[in-house]
Amino acid sequence: MALPNKPLGELPAVANPEVVEHDVDVLIIGGGMAACGAAFEIKKWAPADLKIMLVDKASMERSGAVAQGLSAINTYIGENKIENYVKMVRNDLMGVVREDLIYDLGRHVDESVKLFEEWGLPIWKKDDKGENLDGAKPAPSLREGGTPVRTGKWQIMINGESYKCIVAEPAKTALGEENILERVFIVKLILDKNKENQIAGAVGFSTRENKVHVFRCKTALCACGGAVNIFRPRSTGEGKGRAWYPVWNAGSTYTMCAQVGATLTMMENRFTPARFKDGYGPVGAWFLLFKAKVQNGLGEFYANSDSVKEELSKFMPYGASPVTPTCLRNHLMLNELKAGRGPIYMATDVALNAFLDERRAGGMDEKSVMKFWKHLESEAWEDFLDMSVGQAGLWAGMNIEPEKVGSEIMPTEPYMLGSHSGCCGIWTSGPNEDWVPTVDGPRSHQYKWGYNRMTTVDGLFTAGDGVGASGHKFSSGSHAEGRIVAKQMVKFCRDNADFKPELPKSAQEYADEVYAPVRRYLEHVGKSTAADVNPNYCKPAGLMMRLMKATDEYGGGVATYYMTSGKLLNICLDLLKMLREDAELMAAGDLHELMRAWENYHRIWCVETHIRHIEFRKESRYPGFYYRSDYPTVDEENWKAFVNSTFDPKTEEWKCEKVNCINIVETEPWV
Amino acid sequence: MPSYVDPSKCDGCKGGDKTACMYICPNDLMVLNKDEMKAYNQEPDACWECYSCVKICPQGAIFVRGYNDFVPMGGQVHPMRSSDSIMWTVKFRNGNMKRFKFPIRTTAEGAANAYLDGKGDNLDDEKLLLEKDLPQPTMLAK
Repeated sequence: MALPNKPLGELPAVANPEVVEHDVDVLIIGGGMAACGAAFEIKKWAPADLKIMLVDKASMERSGAVAQGLSAINTYIGENKIENYVKMVRNDLMGVVREDLIYDLGRHVDESVKLFEEWGLPIWKKDDKGENLDGAKPAPSLREGGTPVRTGKWQIMINGESYKCIVAEPAKTALGEENILERVFIVKLILDKNKENQIAGAVGFSTRENKVHVFRCKTALCACGGAVNIFRPRSTGEGKGRAWYPVWNAGSTYTMCAQVGATLTMMENRFTPARFKDGYGPVGAWFLLFKAKVQNGLGEFYANSDSVKEELSKFMPYGASPVTPTCLRNHLMLNELKAGRGPIYMATDVALNAFLDERRAGGMDEKSVMKFWKHLESEAWEDFLDMSVGQAGLWAGMNIEPEKVGSEIMPTEPYMLGSHSGCCGIWTSGPNEDWVPTVDGPRSHQYKWGYNRMTTVDGLFTAGDGVGASGHKFSSGSHAEGRIVAKQMVKFCRDNADFKPELPKSAQEYADEVYAPVRRYLEHVGKSTAADVNPNYCKPAGLMMRLMKATDEYGGGVATYYMTSGKLLNICLDLLKMLREDAELMAAGDLHELMRAWENYHRIWCVETHIRHIEFRKESRYPGFYYRSDYPTVDEENWKAFVNSTFDPKTEEWKCEKVNCINIVETEPWV
Repeated sequence: MPSYVDPSKCDGCKGGDKTACMYICPNDLMVLNKDEMKAYNQEPDACWECYSCVKICPQGAIFVRGYNDFVPMGGQVHPMRSSDSIMWTVKFRNGNMKRFKFPIRTTAEGAANAYLDGKGDNLDDEKLLLEKDLPQPTMLAK
């Protein structure tokens, strides 16, 4: 048996990788829904000689948050008013949102959904008797006026196992395979040497061969998803892979944009979804399609009790809406748990049997009821099998049949994201149209500066999880946002035709920086008989655990029922400072570990912005997502405002500021 | 629920330059050991159980075993994916079995229209391909 001081993986890293330089006009970083939207749209607007390249850490066919599939599309406006979509998002996110971005998304999103269906995504329809048809049954398409199966007001059901494969295919065809680099992880954006506040390139490395890629570009889209494994997860063994959001999202979008000076917004927002315990299977279809209710440990359906109504009345106007905001639903659940009235159960058995009883009461014979049950059972399992197979595996392992017994639900560890029911992200320009408010001051206070979805850095765009203060886009909205950005990037290239990007350092200097963890490993590995225990370096896996412990205990993770305070947050910031210093001592023996090292750099930075924002905001804007014991309530009078923060790449200083939040859509009635 | 590879079925994708599972894993977990010509999951505690490797493996050599920190032994969920549908077999710990089949795609692979000839005309408005008139908000705040 050899000593365990060898690189772990099959692709050992070398000290001196090959360095490849690329000159492009447009660089698309990411391969998820937003990047696929951009890839599909961009050549519809670009002149033939515009050089475009897409770089994905994984393979587009299964990359990003939709990799596994989805059972629903959560944003389809259809018969609704876009203004009401704005109202719903605004209320769910406790008032502090960019209504221009939300409205704009709402007017583009349906076209993406119609394209998905045309490309082959099966979308459930209602037949003329009002029964559900799966998406492969003959029925008019959405474009032809077909009626989708609505669950809530905005959601439609799909057979979405292959959702991402179907969306990636035309994106790749439209852009051309020769313009796509997969398995290359971009780790840093680069500002121009001569032109102030202008993006000029990016650097990354291959996870398949020892090669560093240095790009020069005029404009870039940074769309690499949200952040996962930034707080200690409830499962810390093998099960930590079963994150609710995709475990490969490492906060790269926020960190890379922040590091070049892009203003961030609402980084205090987090999402701690209540999901089926451990398997983190989705609850949306159970609540909306199957009308299931939650029960506390005493068997009480607590959600409509008088005490709950009284509790919600403390959070007006948000608490009064027919659909309680997601964070407040968590808040009510946490109150039950903290009072010892757990566990909380999704009463799947009650819900499913109610459907059967309803049919029987309507005179349906038992044979037909059983046939109906088979269909219903299949719908219930498909919800998990489409998008969270592990939850189905947990039910199988636990002998759970949902018609016989309920399943426990639980709020997860916190995640950072901007496309689902959260809204942290980057401050971007809205559309350059008259209805979008004109605001004086620096870009970090403005609503528009010429290019829709451009960050405060010239030429740098973002989409999907990247765009802040504009949640509830989900998969379809992220795709639509990518399409919006594509056109704007072409416009930026046209308007800046003379710009010649120049990088401040040589390609070799960037390569040295990217491969520093490899050199550290090679230099020191022989000084211990075990590769993972060495006084000269730390390994990415250990550093990630250290990060998650610090945030969990001091930053309001599950350890404290999401409670923190100014004092605890400042301890967290001290720990993060040392983590950032020690991150410079990470070592990687193989290419996979080098990827993990850079993901951790991104995680640490992005959590630091989160903690800074919570510290700056002297209230608890999202009860149920986090609480500050020193400012435990929602303070509408003083804090119905954005918190924006900007890192100055020259001075390396952070600046947090309060920015005015403008209502564009009527506030009476509020919802 | 990390994926694992059955060595009696894995053929290392016959020594091609990349195996199917390496090609597809969104988290870069699947690797090929060239000495044995077998693939394995190099970081099981980072596995999202997305089943991308299970679905793509041409030999049907990849399975999933429930996360050992919360899933009792004995159950298994396994798919067979074709070009238009997927069949799931759910085996319970107590031996019960359920099978479900769902459509996954209504068009042939490769047939999605990329609108290669589609061209927009005005770079200075907000309209995207195929969009006609874009609304602007009404019901404005006072």
